[in-house]
Amino acid sequence: MAASASKKPVEPFVWTLFSAGGVVAALLMPVHILLFGLAFPLGWLPDLSHGRALALIDHPLEKIYLFVFCSLPLFHWAHRFRYTLYDGLQIKHLNEVITVFCYGGAIIGTALATYLLWSIP
Amino acid sequence: MTPHETNKATQYTPYHPRWYRTRVSTYWWLRKWCYLKFVLRELSSIFVAYFVVITLLQIHSLSRGPEAYARFERLMRNPLMIALSAISLLFVLFHTITWFNLAPRAIAARFGGKRIPDILIAGSNYVAWLMISAAVAWFILR
Repeated sequence: MAASASKKPVEPFVWTLFSAGGVVAALLMPVHILLFGLAFPLGWLPDLSHGRALALIDHPLEKIYLFVFCSLPLFHWAHRFRYTLYDGLQIKHLNEVITVFCYGGAIIGTALATYLLWSIP
Repeated sequence: MTPHETNKATQYTPYHPRWYRTRVSTYWWLRKWCYLKFVLRELSSIFVAYFVVITLLQIHSLSRGPEAYARFERLMRNPLMIALSAISLLFVLFHTITWFNLAPRAIAARFGGKRIPDILIAGSNYVAWLMISAAVAWFILR
C-alpha cells in the first residue's frame, strides 16, 4: 500500500503537512487542552471574561497563530487517521472514500478556521 | 488470466503462482504491547482533531458575543466534556512524547563529523516544549 501511494506526486507534500502538524500538535496542544479543557472548566483558574478572551485574539499575529494551531494538526490527523483505517481496520476497498473524507475534512476545517478568524469583529 | 483458461498446448501459459497470504486478524494490534502502542499513537490523531474542533467552536462562540461564550464555557464544564478533555490530554501527551522520541531518528543531525547523540535532540525538544507551553500559558493568563 505504502509503496503504491508513494509514487503519487502529492505524497511528499501531504507528508510534510502531516509532519508539520505533528510538531504543532506536540508543542502546543497539551497546554491548550490543560487550560481550556480542564483548568478553566474545573475552576482551577478563574474564568476568562468574554472581553479578555476576545482581546487575546485581537492581533493579526494571534489570528495567524490560531490558524496554524487549527489547520496543520487537522492535516496531521487526516494522514494518520487514513493509515489507521488502512492498517487497523484493513478496509482497503474504501480507499478513495477514506482519502476524500480525511483530507477533505482537513481542508474544510482549514476553510472554517479562516472564515471564523476573519469574521471576528 | 488463470492457468486453466489457456488449455491449448500451442499457447504460452504464464506461470502464475497462487498468492500465499495468511489472513491477518482485525485485532492483530492486541497481541503485543508494541503493536498496541503503535495503534494508541495512531489513535491520538482523533483527539488532536477533536480539540481543533473544540477550538473552532470556541472561536465561533467568541465572535458571537458574551452570551454565546458563556454557553461555550458551560458546555466545557459538562462532566462528559471534562472526561473527553482529560482523555484527549492523555492521548495528546502520548503523541508529544512519542513524537519527540522519534525526532532523533528523523533528524540524524551531525556536528563535526559525529552524529549528535539522540538524547540531546530529544532533550532539546522537551526543553522547547516546556518553554513554549509556559509562554502560551503566560500569554493567556497574564
